[in-house]
Amino acid sequence: MTNQQQQEKQEYNITVYTENTIGLLNRISTIFSRRKLNIDSLNTSPSEIEGIHRFNIVINVTEEVVRKLASQIEKQVEVLKVYYNTNDDIVWQEMALYKVPTDIIAEQALVERLLRENGARAVVIRKDYTVFETTGHREETDNLIKVLQPFGLIEFVRSARIAIIKDSEGFNRKLREFERREPGHEVIENEYLNRRDKVFTM
Amino acid sequence: MLTNEKQAPELLKEDQVAETITGSEALVKILLAEGVDTIFGYPGGAIMPIYDALYGYMDKVNHVLVRHEQGGIHAGQGYARSSGKVGVVFATSGPGATNLITGLADAQIDSTPLVCITGQVFAHLLGTDAFQEADVISISAPVTKWNYQITDATEIPEVLAKAFYFAKSGRPGPVLIDIAKNAQIQKFEFKGYNRCDHVRSYRPKPIVRKEYIEQAAELINAAKKPFVLWGQGVMLGSAEQEFREFIEKSGIPAAWTIMGAGSLPSDHPQNVGMLGMHGNYGPNVLTNECDVLIAIGMRFDDRVTGRLDKYARQAKVIHLDIDPSEIDKNVKTTVPVWGDCKETLPLLTELIEPKQHTEWLQKFRDYEQQEIEAVIQNELFPTSEELTMGEVIQQLNEQTRGEAIIVTDVGQHQMVACRYAKLNKTRSNITSGGLGTMGFALPAAIGAKFGAPDRTVVAVIGDGGFQMTLQELGTIMQSGVDVKILILNNQFLGMVRQWQELFHDRRYSFVDITSPDFVKVADGYGIAGKSISKREDLQSALTEMLSHKGSFLLEVMVTKENNVFPMVPQGCSVSEIRLK
Repeated sequence: MTNQQQQEKQEYNITVYTENTIGLLNRISTIFSRRKLNIDSLNTSPSEIEGIHRFNIVINVTEEVVRKLASQIEKQVEVLKVYYNTNDDIVWQEMALYKVPTDIIAEQALVERLLRENGARAVVIRKDYTVFETTGHREETDNLIKVLQPFGLIEFVRSARIAIIKDSEGFNRKLREFERREPGHEVIENEYLNRRDKVFTM
Repeated sequence: MLTNEKQAPELLKEDQVAETITGSEALVKILLAEGVDTIFGYPGGAIMPIYDALYGYMDKVNHVLVRHEQGGIHAGQGYARSSGKVGVVFATSGPGATNLITGLADAQIDSTPLVCITGQVFAHLLGTDAFQEADVISISAPVTKWNYQITDATEIPEVLAKAFYFAKSGRPGPVLIDIAKNAQIQKFEFKGYNRCDHVRSYRPKPIVRKEYIEQAAELINAAKKPFVLWGQGVMLGSAEQEFREFIEKSGIPAAWTIMGAGSLPSDHPQNVGMLGMHGNYGPNVLTNECDVLIAIGMRFDDRVTGRLDKYARQAKVIHLDIDPSEIDKNVKTTVPVWGDCKETLPLLTELIEPKQHTEWLQKFRDYEQQEIEAVIQNELFPTSEELTMGEVIQQLNEQTRGEAIIVTDVGQHQMVACRYAKLNKTRSNITSGGLGTMGFALPAAIGAKFGAPDRTVVAVIGDGGFQMTLQELGTIMQSGVDVKILILNNQFLGMVRQWQELFHDRRYSFVDITSPDFVKVADGYGIAGKSISKREDLQSALTEMLSHKGSFLLEVMVTKENNVFPMVPQGCSVSEIRLK
């Protein structure tokens, strides 16, 4: 990566595996707020392994900054592992829910076409309102807002981003190794220190 | 491992018969099992059950009643840094806990191992704005290595074991354990205590990589003008001997950060002095001339590097550190040798060729000569009428012969003391390096004496800093601890005044500080004291202070408007260091 690329801001996806403990969210978020950085999106949920949680954090910074953030997060004693990736390195989705008045939408819209075109589905249909759901990238979920606005959109909510790292073969195995008392070298090593010229990919 | 692992006298075994005791009693038993011999603390409502349990163990552990929780935690820091053991501090909930914050921040930035125990309101009152309730877990999170709130007594053994493990292993740091009052009084089946040596999410030290050691050795062997910078990491890793062997085999000149002072004796022929804003002339200028910079257990603080984009750009950088997040944080590293320097230094020493860099070393000595003529001579052997801070330290060196522990506060006197104090052995320099906490020295000196009772402890303090924590004279009075207090009084907040003189057109905004009669204040606490302002009294007054049985306060009136030089002005490169 050239120096110039390192200096350019772009979206980075930080993946953090942690113990499930109280206060850790605060510890991680202060690593950003201390540097006056705003987190664009934050998702935290249990991973596939009991007791290990996974954070997905999206932030728009330079490569140099994201690397320092990642190593500061990994320094927290309750953090198992941190990775950061550009959008090209990941497959990501956000979910959105849209609540609209049933009478208007049923009378005035071609609901079937609307759902098909936006890859959406109806989650709840009641007399008074209907809830649609869609998942996709930001433009896609934004697009459905525009479509539904004329039909009296009542409420909208979007989830944080979740992301799968494209090149993550053996991820689950590596994670499980943490349960061993002495996990292998490759598992515990601070990997972006190892390949300091590249954005980390597994 | 940081501590010289003393075998704990009361380590409880798992097979020991379980007993039903309160959380508080379990806590005290655990502290004894961890080998804790001294606690600095202040009681209050929410920690009373722990103090009640402590009452039954007064013959086994020494509790020092401080006068303010900030004094307590600084004493804990002084204890940890003079002894190499974990400092233990007690405080109550609410204000007791929030008063610890400055000390936690100080210990965090200076990597000092502490376990702080705070009381907390009953668990059912959490979040109700109960009396003396403060959210100390959230408040302290950014300034602790780890913290945890206990609301059930059964958590106590495991959490305390982790607390000591985190505090002292890897890069040390402060840990805060907040214990709700109900957990303190709750009875539970105490099945014994096992020390913690493993937590799955925590790697105290990175794995040493042979290839980086080899690359580093290659760079060092090919270097014409290599230069070593060392920090506190050498001491924290108990690697003074390994460091010395590396230095002596390599023949490389070595300079120190103020946190690293003393790990190599002041008069070692390859010790070329102090780095940074008020460091020595040669080490600063030659940082921008060396071809290989070898940083050992230091973190390139801005006070050391000056302007970063003009810092050692010509040099290849080898950085030895136990904390991977320090690599490339401020200065780009050519070869990162991460690991515990106690392990990495011997590996490196083995691979390097024995050398002597006589000409290169001479360059440092040439610059030193310039500095002596321009600065040091006048500071240590002044011809002016008034006393200088430097000559006081010089006289102190003569009398202690470099054997004392020098604890300093923050400001001009700190820079002067660190520059000129002669240190023969490690763990002799205790100062607030990263946070720059005024008021640190007096309580830290108290703690340092408890941590190293056989050594002379001299607290060098300015007139400003002394007034920030002088209530701890009460702690000295009550505990009878022997601390020598040397106040260098220039009747100003000197460092700020110096900056106002140099960079703010002498607009002396609120730096003119008045002081009480310090000798009378000391007398009020039953502490002997003396104030001098004449050169002919200096030697005998220092002798009186050092030979006095028990604590002694010596105030030395020094010249009012002296500046500390050399100086790297803020925003300038280290090679733009000014001699005047």
